[in-house]
Amino acid sequence: MKILVCISKSPDTTSKIAFTDGNTKFDENGVQYIVNPYDEWYALVRALEIKETSGGNVTIITVGTAADDAVIRKALAIGADDAVRIDAEATDAYFAAAQIAAYAKANNFDLILTGKETINYNGSQVAGMIAEDLDLPFVSLATKLDVNGSTLRLEQEIVGGLQIVEANLPLVVSCAKGMAEQRIPNMRGIMAARTKPLQIVPAIAVDAFTVYESYTLPDAKKACTMIDPNNMDELVNLLHTEAKVI
Amino acid sequence: MKTLVYINGNHAHAKASFEAVTYAKKLGGEVIVIASGNGSDLAKLGEYGASKVMVDKSLDHGDAQQITKLIAAAAEATGAEVIVFSHDLVAKAVAPRLSVRLKAGLISGAIALPETSNGFSCKVNVFSGKAFGLVSVKTATKIISLLPNSIQPELNGSACAVEDFNGNVGAAAIKIIDTKIPEGNIPLPEAELVVSAGRGLKGPENWGMIEELANNLGAATACSRPVADIGWRPHHEHVGQTGVAIRPNLYIAVGISGAIQHLAGVNGSKVIVVVNTDPEAPFFKAADYGIIGDAFDVIPKLNEAVKKFKAAH
Ligand SMILES: Cc1cc2nc3c(=O)[nH]c(=O)nc-3n(C[C@H](O)[C@H](O)[C@H](O)COP(=O)(O)OP(=O)(O)OC[C@H]3O[C@@H](n4cnc5c(N)ncnc54)[C@H](O)[C@@H]3O)c2cc1C
Repeated sequence: MKILVCISKSPDTTSKIAFTDGNTKFDENGVQYIVNPYDEWYALVRALEIKETSGGNVTIITVGTAADDAVIRKALAIGADDAVRIDAEATDAYFAAAQIAAYAKANNFDLILTGKETINYNGSQVAGMIAEDLDLPFVSLATKLDVNGSTLRLEQEIVGGLQIVEANLPLVVSCAKGMAEQRIPNMRGIMAARTKPLQIVPAIAVDAFTVYESYTLPDAKKACTMIDPNNMDELVNLLHTEAKVI
Repeated sequence: MKTLVYINGNHAHAKASFEAVTYAKKLGGEVIVIASGNGSDLAKLGEYGASKVMVDKSLDHGDAQQITKLIAAAAEATGAEVIVFSHDLVAKAVAPRLSVRLKAGLISGAIALPETSNGFSCKVNVFSGKAFGLVSVKTATKIISLLPNSIQPELNGSACAVEDFNGNVGAAAIKIIDTKIPEGNIPLPEAELVVSAGRGLKGPENWGMIEELANNLGAATACSRPVADIGWRPHHEHVGQTGVAIRPNLYIAVGISGAIQHLAGVNGSKVIVVVNTDPEAPFFKAADYGIIGDAFDVIPKLNEAVKKFKAAH
């Protein structure tokens, strides 16, 4: 099976979030980039497991600049076979999705996997957009994926519960928790990643649909009111009369 | 101007649906609902401002591709300029598809009404709730997926007409084999009150008092990541940067340290209560009300106090 896994970079989860240029740009000063956890832990690892049991090839793809090659090498170290970087700054989800869809169209993948969202923009948009662009069915927020010939059986999150579905290849799937277990790359993987093929592909012309104009940080919290552990009536009273939430 | 709101017929009476219609009404123009599935009493959406509901009842279990085609057909039939979703799991599957199909920019997880003085832009959460972004849409048609619990539903009208609408959506490519919706379960992203617990509870057998507190309050239950990872609680309860992001009115955190990745998913909560034995637990810095104490001692007392309160109100 030919599997394409879409990966995005995201700031390390402990990064301090700040903005520059009049609050119009994310401040990258001192920020370490990682592979977006949903892409790495769930989409990539499940793709590798499928390859290990049924054979095939796992290609990772990202839309980004040369600065993102380090993140691509991290994903290769976990076990992907090769990588593609569409050479452009991804300005919005549609721009990224259109680039990936164009590459996928020309290269016939059986299965396209993404993480459920990035932890920086949390849009949950790219997978659905790729699917529509390619006119393929899409299973969102899958927590389980089993291959049975050319039929896939998946479990997906739905409002208030879970749904078990079947779909045929080719298919686009966004992956959520439960799909696989995080893998830590070993030394051999890291060494091998250095020489795995990374293809740089020029971007196609696409107009973004949306623009991030500016950013703000939440207001600082006021000091916490401490309550005597033996006086839970007071807490309930405050939640009712002061906070007005019960 | 016309605004189209997509409503999943099976959730027509969810608060999030009323929120979406209220939000659309506040945009100023006529509000038309396009619904899929066998929902009953769709006319009630008129009470929140819809002038009519168009429904395709055959799409009770439609897949994302079919629902996308249905909404696109309704957008064409009505000439809607704005399409509103409640940002739930159906919207996450459908709205991006619709965005490409209609060449309409999508704002995912809007938390406020759009600013239209200079273009069309909306405030959203970014960096898993650690910051806000202002996103503007450059396309003529706009799609907004509204984060639940961002505005209060408001009554604004009376029951409206419900018409059948056929989207000619073709067959489903995704076959539904089974659906599992636990009885009485409040979906976490929509819950207004959430009781959450972490590793401080020592083991899954101790969740009884947490569930009791949630029941007493009418709250949903949540947990920290390690608790879901070791299987004490189901994965869908995991909140935080790599779990579900929530913004309830009340978040009660019991035996959770308050790591940055946990806070990222819950710091949009209006009021946070923290119960922890360790006065230095980082969570107290993000809390509104703090109790330094042992959960095994505090939670039963809190349960008694809540019961007393509920009996009196
Ligand atoms: C990339 C990445 C992503 C992550 N994403 C998430 C995420 O999405 N969500 C998330 O939650 N975590 C996430 N984490 C993990 C996070 O860093 C913390 O490890 C985790 O939140 C800790 O869970 P906890 O508070 O339940 O456990 P602990 O850190 O072990 O804290 C337990 C707390 O309980 C208190 N306690 C102990 N006994 C009692 C008692 N009897 N009564 C009251 N209090 C008691 C202790 O004082 C302590 O504060 C992520 C980590 C990484 C590296």
